[in-house]
Amino acid sequence: MTQTRPQYSAADIADIARRARIHILEAVAHAKGGHVGGPFSAADMLAALYFRVLNIRPEEPDWPDRDRFVLSKGHSSIALYTIMAMRGYFPVAELQTFDAINSRLQGHPDMTVTPGVDMSSGSLGLGFAAALGIALGARVQQRGFTTFVMLGDGECNEGIVWEGAHVANRYQLDNLIAIIDHNKLQQFGWRGETTSERITPYTGSQLADRWKAFGWQVLEVDGHDVQAFLDTMDQARAAPGGPVAVVAHTIKGKGVSYMEGNYKWHSRVPTDEEFAIAMDELGASEGGGA
Amino acid sequence: MSDVTLGKAQRVVFGETLTELGAHDPRIVILDGDLGNSTRADIFEKAFPHRFFQMGIAEQNMLGVAAGLATIGYVPFISTLAAFATARALDPIRVLIAQPRLNVKIAGAYSGLLAGKTGKTHISFDDLAVMRALGHMTVVAPADETETRQAIRATTEYDGPVYLRLSRQPAPLVFDDAYRFEIGKAVVVRRGSDVTLISTGVQTTRTLEAAEALAAGGVDAHVLHVPTLKPLDTDAIVEAASETGLVATVEEHTILGGLGGAVAETLIERHLVPMKRIGLPDTFAESGPDDALLDKYGISSDRVAQAVRTFVEHPRA
Repeated sequence: MTQTRPQYSAADIADIARRARIHILEAVAHAKGGHVGGPFSAADMLAALYFRVLNIRPEEPDWPDRDRFVLSKGHSSIALYTIMAMRGYFPVAELQTFDAINSRLQGHPDMTVTPGVDMSSGSLGLGFAAALGIALGARVQQRGFTTFVMLGDGECNEGIVWEGAHVANRYQLDNLIAIIDHNKLQQFGWRGETTSERITPYTGSQLADRWKAFGWQVLEVDGHDVQAFLDTMDQARAAPGGPVAVVAHTIKGKGVSYMEGNYKWHSRVPTDEEFAIAMDELGASEGGGA
Repeated sequence: MSDVTLGKAQRVVFGETLTELGAHDPRIVILDGDLGNSTRADIFEKAFPHRFFQMGIAEQNMLGVAAGLATIGYVPFISTLAAFATARALDPIRVLIAQPRLNVKIAGAYSGLLAGKTGKTHISFDDLAVMRALGHMTVVAPADETETRQAIRATTEYDGPVYLRLSRQPAPLVFDDAYRFEIGKAVVVRRGSDVTLISTGVQTTRTLEAAEALAAGGVDAHVLHVPTLKPLDTDAIVEAASETGLVATVEEHTILGGLGGAVAETLIERHLVPMKRIGLPDTFAESGPDDALLDKYGISSDRVAQAVRTFVEHPRA
């Protein structure tokens, strides 16, 4: 199989993710809608996937032997679009059409309009089942590619996730890697001591334990440590015998101080002042373009 | 209909036809929701064990897996009851199959009122309305063994999502081997001049029986069989309505949004005539013997004939 993975360093990828966050916030501010917290928690991993891990050809999005990637946490679409644009699937300038009428960049990923999007998603849990189907078929056809799927931790509330977790284990799908963006918060979430405090859906090792209980091999990693994430992906690809769940510990809103760990930034449009602070913290003056 | 020839049950035809087609078409696979020995997908499993995927009692995941398989060239058929496919797994059907127009064939077994003494949880007579409302979805409800065999073949040749409504019990043959099913085409199965009966699925057998009973009482019914609910053969419906100027729809389905709804939508825009919808009312059903259910819920041939007679006497009542 032709290897078409460019050799970006971990530092290169971290900088791509930093610039991606700038584009993401610009696109959301421009669209006056969209999600920020989840895209920021996933940005480093998406950059690593598209710039190093996935065997893909942006100039040939339907290349049959490409690795598949399904963003099951479809509300982080703007992060996916941004990374894909930076990787060359479509012009970065097109990010300004996010959520606009007639745009190829819909609020949630739509495989029928966006080149390189392998599966539509948005109703949570569904993308995971579809990824499982791709992996199952690929194994029967003895195809060499790997299917990656990214879920949110809140998404793991959905029953369909555990239906699929059971089935993937029964079929011992060693060509399926699930990455769980464990950013510890969901849209509104679970009440803490007071109504303004929202707490993680899965405390401690609960999330990893659940995947282990369903027979998956579980790897844990800091989802913002690019080198560690790249090493974990290598390990996940090489792991024999069955599906691998990578529980990636992340911070919702990562990269902007006032967003980090604040559930209110799940989906919110920044004010002009907030936008300026964020751009400053993300180092927009050091180069924000693609 | 005194010398009726009983055809095979549609579920048996499902298993047999996919086994025949599967021998030449390696794209065909079946995903089973732990009902293969009811839906008769077990016939296919015996021939092609490696193309039969047990998905367990987890319908949502099963429909999602089918979508994934379709993206890499498979033609997945779903094996579960109509109720579980169209109600429980509606979200994956909508988002992963209908919206991206993926090539998945959803066979809804045990559809309609006759779900084998199981009761309202397993009975499904709103499936046509639900599936017809979904964008991109083709909806097919064949009448008998002959048409089911051909419809299954046609759905494998068509590239896109299809809901295939199948019933449990053996039913009399309506069509002989000379018949040619085509997606989107309705067919006149009886010529008459007093009233037009428009029918779909296995109900067409009972509609034809009702037409015989009506003929004995001097009412000559024209019968149009509509095996494809979507895309609907609106020209055939308008033409059949023009033949008699009176239309009654007959279906083993609720009168809300199924064939009756589809025909009403057509006639109100193109050819307004007095119309009566015969089918299940706004209700859920119950368990019981088949004949008793058909009679109680108004779709036995006797009850249909009675309803049509009343309609013909007082079309604007």
